Formats: sequence, structure tokens, C-alpha cells
Amino acid sequence: MSFDAMRDCAIVCRGVGKSYTLGERQSYRTLREAISEAVRAPFRALSKREASDAPREFWALRDVSFDVRHGEILGVIGHNGAGKSTLLKILSRITAPTEGEIEIAGRVGSLLEVGTGFHAELTGRENIFLNGSILGMRRRDIVRKFDDIVAFAEVENFIDTPVKRYSSGMYVRLAFAVAVHLEPEILVIDEVLAVGDAEFQRKCLNKIREIGSGNRTILLVSHNMAAIRNICDRAMVLERGRITEIGDVNRAVDNYLARIHVPAAVHELVETASFRVDDVSVNGLNEGTIKTFEPVDIAVTITPTTEIIEPDIYVGIVTMDGLTVSGLVARDFVSLRPMRAGERTTVTFSIASLPLLAGEYQIQVHLVDVIGFKFEIVPRTFGFTVVETPVYGGRKITRWYGNVAMRVAVSETREPAVAEVRP
Amino acid sequence: MSQFQPDSAHAQPAAHVSVIRATSGFQPLQLGEIWRFRELLYFLTWRDIKVRYKQTALGAAWAIIQPVFMMVVFTLAFGKLAKVPSDGVPYPVFAYAALLPWQLFAHSLTEASNSLVSNERLITKVYFPRLVVPIAAVLGGLMDFAVSFVVLLGLMAYYGIRPGMAIVTLPLFLLLAIATALGVGLWLSALNVRYRDIRYTIAFLTQLWLFATPVAYPSSLVPVRYRVLYGLNPMAGVVEGFRWALLGKAPPSMSLIAASSIVVVVILTGGLMYFKRMELVFADVV
Repeated sequence: MSFDAMRDCAIVCRGVGKSYTLGERQSYRTLREAISEAVRAPFRALSKREASDAPREFWALRDVSFDVRHGEILGVIGHNGAGKSTLLKILSRITAPTEGEIEIAGRVGSLLEVGTGFHAELTGRENIFLNGSILGMRRRDIVRKFDDIVAFAEVENFIDTPVKRYSSGMYVRLAFAVAVHLEPEILVIDEVLAVGDAEFQRKCLNKIREIGSGNRTILLVSHNMAAIRNICDRAMVLERGRITEIGDVNRAVDNYLARIHVPAAVHELVETASFRVDDVSVNGLNEGTIKTFEPVDIAVTITPTTEIIEPDIYVGIVTMDGLTVSGLVARDFVSLRPMRAGERTTVTFSIASLPLLAGEYQIQVHLVDVIGFKFEIVPRTFGFTVVETPVYGGRKITRWYGNVAMRVAVSETREPAVAEVRP
Repeated sequence: MSQFQPDSAHAQPAAHVSVIRATSGFQPLQLGEIWRFRELLYFLTWRDIKVRYKQTALGAAWAIIQPVFMMVVFTLAFGKLAKVPSDGVPYPVFAYAALLPWQLFAHSLTEASNSLVSNERLITKVYFPRLVVPIAAVLGGLMDFAVSFVVLLGLMAYYGIRPGMAIVTLPLFLLLAIATALGVGLWLSALNVRYRDIRYTIAFLTQLWLFATPVAYPSSLVPVRYRVLYGLNPMAGVVEGFRWALLGKAPPSMSLIAASSIVVVVILTGGLMYFKRMELVFADVV
């Protein structure tokens, strides 16, 4: 790597790979096994070893090359076991790569776990010093930031209480507070946004954004796609230890999600007494990715098996809990012309702005012949997924938020306190 | 392990570039790194001391109870029943002066050997020179040592024993005890990561070692021609040195002290090299 290229980059990663011998990663060996192996070894060399006996290599990471510019926030996404954590561990020097080389310009602070080194018996104050020094802060820096840390964690009244008496929320807040007050030039964060209550998550996101805007380089691993979109400039997708995509964050996340949420592959035909349902599809703007507040088309393709004089279609959007969020009846918007038997018809409901939060939903279809008093419920539902996007400040959308997305503004007014007048 | 040029979490935020690359085999010892992480070393030692007696009813009194009970038992069993000679010093002081460094050694060795495994979370989640962990474990034993040392001073006053000039050499023997515990502890802690059998071996090992060390008996009982061989046990040198420095009796044989010192240097250097080499895989295996 030439010095010139290095100048703009905080991290230059070239051909990095990490292999484990299977079995080594999880379990330690006993001395007996090692001794018996050593004794057997020479004999094994004589008799040809069976292939299954050879230690199997497993590459957790392979051929990983990328650059991160100074001040850039790079998101790292991928399934569990895709190599994200291994990559962060190599970058933070916890484990060594098996091959390749990484150049890093600047101090690296890593936050792979919230509360590393916290000791339950020690007080909040003591743990701040212990944890801070474990994360690489100097004592005088901890002293200087001590009040900020305590205020950020909102544990002022419990600072001299052993943390084993803390609620899990307080514990996590304190741990996170120490970590975000680290001030390295390069910050490596692994999936720590998923902790704490809703309010605190928001605070953490803002803090990370603030750190990022301060010309600090950040590598962020998260399963919270909304947070990734909200915070990161670029994203990198890892799959089975290799980079499958790196680039603009929205594009990378969309492609990643599109690959996970493969629309029901088999559109097997569903038949009712007088209709055949050929297809039900839900499509967003971008290669089928469905996002909150974006236009969405729900298209139902049917073929009647007999003549339908006055057809109608009902489409219900139902949560996975079976709650109907919204029902749409075609006749409320248009009147459908009579259908002849075998006439394949597609009815599309175009929703201008989908008011649903991220999650899994299903479409229920009812087919109606108003004149013939036929009312047929299609005996299966059709699933679709609204992907995570930053809605309310980019926080992880959990069940707390329900299913319906709203455009909201919050304001406040106050009146000066009036002294209570006693009669 | 990754080799990195001048850099650490504590370095100045200059535009320094560090390189992480694949390496294997023996590693440079990089002892300077320990110095840069001295605050972490301090906090880990402090934590070990602070936590040790936090939920015990008697607290730091344990640091006195253990050696005092051992002394009583030794005095009854060896001093009274077996009539083991004690170089002209009252047997209780004779035993206690040896139990002091012995307890420090045994405790430090045990803690150091288990240190990597018990700090598994730290090792798999944060980078710092791993040597800090066993070193902190060894240093944590010094607090108990200091507490039980006060008891020794009381005993000496009771028996009217006044230390001579030799007491200035005491820190050297203390250092020798710590170096022995660290040297052996480095080997065992690194081995313990891979072979958990070690954990079960330690209690057994320290028990055997106790009897190979002149704690309950004077080394003068050992025939002269075996003295050098006996000195291969560094704790023999330490214990004899303590007795000499504190109780002011006959100076220990120089050949015994020399043999002990050389053995410690060899064990410690070997332990450091082995530890640095194994450090590459700690996070993957532990």
C-alpha cells in the first residue's frame, strides 16, 4: 500500500482472511487428547490418513479488501455467521488474521460488547474507572469525563451502589455511557444499539451520529437496518466471509434485504369455487423493496372460472398477529366490468404512501360477485415485508411502536408554575 | 498475533499508522507495551483485591487467618510432635517467616494460572497486551502479603527477635518469589487456555511443592551434596532468604540462592516466550 493512498484512508484492508480449524473455536482440548494425538501421530503418518480425519478448515473471512476514508461511517451488514464479528475482532486486534494485511491510521477504540469487564460487586463509580481503563481510556480522561458519563447514563443517585443492584436498564446505560465517551479516531461498534429502552436507544444513536460528525471514522455492525441507513454513509455486505457488496448505504441495504425477503417463490394457484387466484404481489418503488411512506402497489391477478356479472375484490392488510390494519374494497374506488370465464384480470391497488412500520404483514383476499351473492375468501394469505428505514429518528422499531406509521410533529408549550393558593 | 508498530490505545493521537498482518511462531516480547498499559494493570490489580473480600464476612482478616492457622498446625505437627529442628529460632516464627512468602507464591500462582480463563470475556472482547492479566493476578497477592507481614512483626516482637542488616535484602527475595509465581503462572495460564486439565493440577502442584520447600523444616536437613539440586526449586532460595533477612540466622548457601535465581530467570523467560506465542490464539480458543 502506497503512502499516498493511505493518506485519505483510516483503514486499508487487503486480502484479509481468518480460518479456524473446525472444533478449535468452540472447545478447548484436554491434555489427554493432545497426548494421545501426539502418540498416534507417527503411526498415522505411516498408514495413510483418511480424508475425514484431516482437520477441516473453516474460513470465517476470506479475501476481504476495502478502504475506509477518514471521517467515514461504514455500516457492516450480513447474516449471523457472515464474518462481521470476526472482522471487527481482527480490526480491534483481539484476534489475528490468518492472511492479509490491514493498515490503520489512528487509534482504534472498539466496543464489541456493552459493559466488558464490569464487575457486579463494584459500584457504578468503580466500574466507570475499571471499564474506562479496559477500553483504553487514561485515568485523567476518565476523571475529566466522569460527570458527563454519569449524566448520560442517568444514574446520579446510584453511582456509589454496587451495579449488581442496578436494573438491567441502568446497567446497560452506564456501560454504554462509558463506551461512547471514548474518544478514539476510529471507533468499531458491534451491535450494541439493540440494548436499553426506547428512549435510551435514541440517545445512543444521536450520540453515535454526533461522534461521526466530529470527523471520527466509525465501523458499525448492526442488524437494525434503519439505524444503518440513518447513520452510515456507505455499507458493506458480508456473506459467508466475503464481501458481496460495498457502496451507497441505501442501495446496499435494499439489495441485502431483497435477498433475505425473497418473495414467496412458488406462487401456486389458489382456487375458490368461481375464481382462480394466479398471483398476488406487493411491490415498492425499488426492485420490490417495500418501505414506510413510499408508494406501494398491491396487484391481484385472478381468472374467473364462471362468468361474474358484478365482480369485486377485497384486499386486507393483516399483521402476523391477525389484526387487520386496513381493508380495501375495489368497488369503493372503481366499478369493475363484468368478467368472462377464463379472462385473466389484474386489479392493482396503488397506495401513494404506505403507512406501515417495518415488519412482516400478510395480504388477505376476498372475491365477491355482488349480483350472484358469492363471497369467497381465498384460503391462504400472501406475505410481504416492510423493510427497516429511519422513521422516528432512526431507532429500532419494536412492537412498542405498533404497526401504523404516522407523520408526526411534537411541540410543547409551558405555563409558568403558579404558587398554590390555599383557601 | 498481529504485530503493530508504535501504537496503542494510549498513544498520542498523532497520524500514526499501525499494521496488522498475519504472523505465527515466536513473537517479540514487547515488554514496553506493558508499561503503556500500566493504568490498566493498576485497575485490574485493584479490582482483584477489591473484589476478593467483598462478600466475605471476615474480609481481609482472611489474609491473616490462613497463614496463622497454617503456622499453628505446623507448630503442633512438626515443631511439637515430630520435633523438627528450627535453626535455633522459636518454631512458630520459623514457620511463619516461611509461610509468608509461601502463601504469596501459592496464591499468586493459582490466581495467575486461572487468570486468562477467568477473564475470558475481556480477552474475547477487548484488545490489550494479555500479559497484563497474569501480572495483575500476581500483584494482587501483595496486599495479603502486606497484611500478614504485620502479624510477623508482632510475632518477632513477642519472641524478641530483632532483624539485622540483612533485612535490606528482603525485597530481593520478595522479587524472587513474585518472579517464580509469574514465571510458572505464565506457563500454566497459557496452557490452561488450551488444556483445562491444568486447573485441576494447580492445587495438587502447590501441595507437592510445599513439601519440596523448606517451610516446615530447615534446608539444613538436606544433605550438603544435594543443596544445589535442592536449589533448583526457586522457592527454597526464597524461603531461606526470608529467614535469613528477617530472623538474622546463618546466611543461606550462596550456591542455593544462585541456583534458584538462574532457574527463575529460565522459567520466567521461557514463560514469557511461550505466553507471547500462545497469545495469538487465546481469543480463538479460550
